[in-house]
Order: sequence, then structure tokens, then C-alpha cells
Amino acid sequence: MSEYVLEMTGVSKSFPGVKALDNVQLKLRPGKVHALMGENGAGKSTLMKCMFGIYKMDEGQILMDGQPVTISDPMDALTKGIAMVHQELQPIPARTVGENIFLGRYPMKKALGFIPVVDHKKMYADTAELLKKVRMNFDPKQKVGELSVSQMQSVEIAKAVSANCRVLILDEPTSSLTANEVEALFRIIDDLRSENVAIVYISHKMDEILRISDEVTIMRDGKYIGTWDSKQLTTDMIITQMVGREMTNLYPPRSNQPGEVVFEVKDFTSINPRSFRNVSFQLRKGEILGVGGLVGAQRTELMEGLFGIRSHTTGQILYKGKEMNISRPKDAIDQGVAMLTEDRRGSGIMGVLSVADNISISSLNQYLDRGIAINKKKVEALVQDNVRKMNIKTPSSKTAIKSLSGGNQQKVLIGRWLANSPDVFILDEPTRGIDVGAKYEIYCIIADLAKEGKSIIMISSEMSELIGMSDRIMVMCDGRVTGFVNGKDATQENIMAYATQFE
Amino acid sequence: MEKNRDSFASKALKIVTGNPIVFLLLIAAVIVGCSVDNFFSWANFSNLVSNTAVRFLIALGVSGCLITKGTDLSAGRQVGFAACIAGVLCQRGDYTGRLWKWVPEMNIGLVFIIVIIFGLVWGLVNGLIVTKLHVPPFIATLGTQTIIYGISLVITDAQPIGGFQKIYTQLINGRLGSVKSFHLPYLLFVAVLFGLLFYFIYNSTRHGKYMYAIGGNETAAEVSGVNTTATLIRIYATAGVMYAIAGYLLAAKSGGASASMGQGYELEAIAGCTIGGVSTTGGIGTVPGILVGVLVFELLKIILQFLGVNPYYNYVVQGLVIVLAVSLDIRKYIAKK
Repeated sequence: MSEYVLEMTGVSKSFPGVKALDNVQLKLRPGKVHALMGENGAGKSTLMKCMFGIYKMDEGQILMDGQPVTISDPMDALTKGIAMVHQELQPIPARTVGENIFLGRYPMKKALGFIPVVDHKKMYADTAELLKKVRMNFDPKQKVGELSVSQMQSVEIAKAVSANCRVLILDEPTSSLTANEVEALFRIIDDLRSENVAIVYISHKMDEILRISDEVTIMRDGKYIGTWDSKQLTTDMIITQMVGREMTNLYPPRSNQPGEVVFEVKDFTSINPRSFRNVSFQLRKGEILGVGGLVGAQRTELMEGLFGIRSHTTGQILYKGKEMNISRPKDAIDQGVAMLTEDRRGSGIMGVLSVADNISISSLNQYLDRGIAINKKKVEALVQDNVRKMNIKTPSSKTAIKSLSGGNQQKVLIGRWLANSPDVFILDEPTRGIDVGAKYEIYCIIADLAKEGKSIIMISSEMSELIGMSDRIMVMCDGRVTGFVNGKDATQENIMAYATQFE
Repeated sequence: MEKNRDSFASKALKIVTGNPIVFLLLIAAVIVGCSVDNFFSWANFSNLVSNTAVRFLIALGVSGCLITKGTDLSAGRQVGFAACIAGVLCQRGDYTGRLWKWVPEMNIGLVFIIVIIFGLVWGLVNGLIVTKLHVPPFIATLGTQTIIYGISLVITDAQPIGGFQKIYTQLINGRLGSVKSFHLPYLLFVAVLFGLLFYFIYNSTRHGKYMYAIGGNETAAEVSGVNTTATLIRIYATAGVMYAIAGYLLAAKSGGASASMGQGYELEAIAGCTIGGVSTTGGIGTVPGILVGVLVFELLKIILQFLGVNPYYNYVVQGLVIVLAVSLDIRKYIAKK
């Protein structure tokens, strides 16, 4: 008998343009909580998706109890005793707790002796039993949509428990929980540990990791760095291993001179009480303002609020002392604000359309002949200009943007915004999912923009990027701005201290 | 140079393999044409062109909805409504079965404008329901098509309408050249005119670019500053106008109108667009493609007619072609995942 319930060895996985996993290993012991750590984009989620059968590994193998197994899809993973609670919960809100838990494997009975029907009585009785196990006492017949986020999460865990899982993956389970809810979750984890379940715990929160985990595996840039006993580790050691790269030469030298304040946000509050609130900050001409924080700090929501994608209740946005009225993206764009969104596929590229269409969509007014017809030569000139300036690699301007690599897609999107000559440029995770070489090029573009006098707000979850690129760093936690750090004085520690200032 | 020749051959092959249905039908047309008399005749050509022209206008209208991932199930009923309005207003002043005796005999140009205004209104209604009430296009237009059909029945009292002014039917059914030999129906010129207009709109205007952007990724379009609401309303309104024109022409072409006219045309138009390469996943579709798709569908009908197939079977074959064409179209995208 192997001492591990599950082992993954030599796992590699590539996506077009990015090597997401490179010879990674992970070994799980029964009855232990194994923390998996790394910066965003280090490959943790990809590794878990390989284990859970959502992705197919290019190389590597999975052993269970020492025996090689193949996991073809999530259903297969569940039958083998592997369960996963996703970072973004995927319940069916209009159905009951019981139906969600037993989805796809409803207990059946025979009506009139021969017609197979769902045995609701048994299903709800079993659900009640499971809920007791995860220390929750709400009605199994309640609709999941009416539950709080933490309750939904308990339902997901109950679902995992009901499958008699031997390995449970928890992906950022506490990112949207309050302190009390986290305590409740930890009690459930302790229960499961005593039942010999191996738990993979993915989180960015150091204190949680050090408290709950038995072992820690750290990943960086898709590579396996090492596995340690949690008792030997400190927060500093984890951060060093997670970031772990030379800071020199990763970022271009900057010669931008922050000038007078041009952009100011006062007491900005979301209509959603769980989102950003009372945010105030100033941005100078030619300044790069980094925005740091943990996942769930509401940084993206704040920026989308400023850009008119999300609504706010109170607050002012001033540009050169004049109030800006922004209720939708077009308003922001017309007033000189640009925003590169975080979700490149979801709200950035228009996949099937050409590079030319993608790059020109925001600035079509500039290429009109007699106010009606778009002059294709002017659009082509825009494309060629950007291709040259940003070194965009594309076979032609007619190529569909989805066939370009992530880095080149990102450059096209930056080009889209620059065509409008914005004064304030919000960049949300500008280098996410982009390989190291292209990252440097994007850093150079950002540095040049600041030098030209553009004001830049850059959200980043990569500590080193934040420190390496920002003149100033605004840190958020749980929807509030908890502090500002000067770029020169910034360290992982002082940023992390602000980022974990929960109320 | 050699490379160019290579790429020409491979391009040609790509066109054939990329449009298998189109080429199968062309082959079928040649075979039928060689074995059946009168298939290759001016009369048949004229018939095909006239039928295609009206269907093409409807397909152009619905294409904008499809490219933006929507649909318009009210197309057929809007055509019927326009035909009824045109029919009622274009009746001869001395016609005894005149439906609206209180209306004087009207100028057919004025009727054309009235019909277009009604089409615009229906289109705006669809567009507003889709964008402001956030009802999915499928359901929104399912609702409006029922309403429109009802109103058509009320207007016509469920009676067929005839007795049109001569000038109305003669003008629309007019043709350039002799009837027996070479001639081109006026409807061909109408179709060409709108084909060129839509080609220009789709390729060279902001509206066209915004339409493709919404189909490609509506969120991204909105974030990029595209007024998605206004663009979608324009698309549905334009569609309404196109159906109105088609209805006006159709009533004259048939020499009569009734509330049931145009029934099912929305499905033919959607099928034509899809066969012509308008992607059901949005963002893709060209005017020449739509023309080919509609033409193929009409060609299919004529081939079946010439083969003497029981007309009831036509529906079966047409349905099969739709499913086959879309499944082949979808394969192009599935293969890349």
C-alpha cells in the first residue's frame, strides 16, 4: 500500500502560446490538508483541472493507491473519489439544495412497481443527513439561489462528501467568506481530516495556510518548486518561494515623471454592499498607480465601476477638477478614459473578427470618408502602425484575432485603446496568461505610455510586477482601500499587510 | 509564382469543400437541366430570379438579427402584414369587392411609403422589446409574430384581397426585354440594388462594424464603447423595413394578398442565411453568402418541381437540407476546439 492516496508526477500541459504546467508533481496523504500555493497564473488551477479530468494532461501520470489511473472527465473523477469545490460556485439556483447535491445521481425508486422515478423522500432525508455532517441546518428543500455564498459553498462541500470522496479539492474556498464563515469551514475541514480524506487547499491567505495545512506545495510559472512540512514554514519563506525570481531585468527602466494630479476619485461606493466602498484616490499625470490586493478585494469591480461597466451609488470622479459623469463605457471613453479588462476572452477580444476590426472598433469615427464610409486604408494604416510599434505578430490584418497568442491579442487590445489617445488608461491584469517574453514587451509599452504623460492605473495580482512597475501602489482589502505604498518602499510584506487588513 | 498557382488550386478546393451543399446542388441542377426539357429556359430563369429576389430581401433583413446572435421569427408575418396593407390600399377604386370603401384610390408610391412606415414600426417594436425589456429575440419575435398575424386577420377580415390597380401589378411584374426570349425581371434590379446597399452597410459603415462586433462578443463591444442598444434597435428596425418591401412586392407579384401570406418565410430566410454561411454562433455572415444561400434554396425547390416530386415531399427535402447545411457549418468550428 502506498503512503499516498493520490500522486501526480511529471505533469505537463500546454495551451497555445503558454506552457501552463511543466513537469509538476503533487503527492497527497490521506487525512492531511495539503496547501497548494503560487501566484496567480502559477498553474495551480490548471493542475487541479488536470486531476479532476477537466483538462487532459500532455504528459505525466496520476497514481491512486500506487496504481496508475486515467481520469477522463469530471464524472470519472467523482466515481474514483475525487471531488472539487470550484472557486466560482456553479450551482443551479432555481433548484433545491437536495436536487443540487444529488444532481446526476438522483436516488431512484419504482412507482407502481415498474416506472423509475426520483425518490424525493430518500433524497431529502439523505440531504438533511449530509447537511448535518457539514454543520449546516437549513431546509434541504430551500432553493439554492436563496442561500448566502458560504451556505452555497457548504452545499458544494456536502455534495463532495456525499460522493464519499477520498480527495477533496478546495479552490480559494474563503475568498468570499466572512471571518465567522471561515471558522465554520475550518471545522468542516477538521471533520473531513479525521475521516481520512486528503484535502487540497488552494489559497493566497498565508495565515489560513499556516493554520489549517499539514503540507505545502509551492508552484511558480507552471513549475514545481517544492513541498514542505507546514510547521517548518513562515509567511516570508512562502512568499520568497512563490515569487522567487531575480527582480533585476524583469522590468524596463522607467523615466516617467509623475506631474500634477489629473484624475481624482472621491468616496466611490458600489450599489452592491459586498463590493467596493468609500474609495478615494488621486492619480497624477504620467504616473503608474499599481492596485494590489487579494482575490476578492474588489479591485476589478472598482475599476469597472469607474469605467461605467458597474453601477455606483455615491462618489465623484474628477478629471482636471471637472466632474465626469460616467454611466456606461461609452461615457468614459468619450471623456478620455480607457480600460483593458481582465477577462480578455469574455470582454476583450471579438474572437471571430479580424485583427483590423478588433483594433479599430473603438475609434471608427476617425476613419470616415464624408461621415459615412469607413476608409479601409486608414484602418490598415492604424493596424500597420500598431504592428510596427508594438511588434504584434500576426499573419495579416485580416487574421481572426482568436488565432493569435495571448500576448499578441493583448497588444491588439492595447492598440484599440491607444487609437483613442486616452488620458487615463486602466489596465486590469495586463499580463495575465501571457508568456514571459511578451510580458516584458507589455511592460515596456506601459512604461512608454507613462513617459508620454498618460496616467495609468494597473491592477496586478503578481507582487513582483506591482512592485517592479508602479510609482505608487494602492492596496485594497474586502472592498476598501487599506493603504498606499510608494513604489520605492514597496515590499511583499508591507503590501501583504495592507491586503490582509480584514475588518 | 508557382506558389500562387498552388494557392489558387488549394483556394478553389477550399471553396468546394467549404460549401458542399452549394456544389451538390449545382451538380444536381446541371444533371436535371440536361435530362429535363425547359429547365434551361428564360421563363424558368425569370421565375427563379423573381422568387429569389423577394426571399433575398427578407433574408437580408433577418441576417442582421442572426449575425448579432438573435433571430426574427416575425419576418414571415411581417411580410404578410405588409402584403395585406399594400393589398388593401392598392385596390382599384371601381372594384366592387373593395375592403376599405372609405379610402380613395391611392397612389401606389404613397402606399409603398405607408407600408415601409408600418414595417419600421414593427421593427422598432421588436428592437425595443429585445433591448429595453431584455426579452430574448426568439421569444420576443415569437410573441410579436402572433400579434402581427392577428392584426392582419382583423384588417382583412380573414378574406383574400384582390382587384389591384393595374399599374401596381404591372410595374412589379415588369421586365426588361421580350417575354419569350432574353428578359430580366424588374425584381432582379430591386434585389441587386438592396444587395449592393447591404454590402456597403455591412462592410463600410460603423453600423456594420458594430453589428459584427456585437455578434463577435457583445460584452467586448459594449466595453469598447459601442452603443449596443441603439445598434440592435437599428438592426431590427431595418429588418422590419425589408420585410415591408418584400410584402409590398409579393402582393403585386401574386396579384393578391391574404393574412396567411408569407407564412414560414422567416424559416426559409433563416435557412437561406445559414446555408450561405451566416454563423449561428454570431459575428459571421456576408451579403454574397446570403445571396448564395437563398439562391440554393430556391434552386432546390425548382429542381424538385422539375423532377416531378410530389410537392408534399418538398418540405421533407428542404428540412433535410437545412439540418445538413447547419451541421456541416458547425463542424468547421467544432473541429478547432
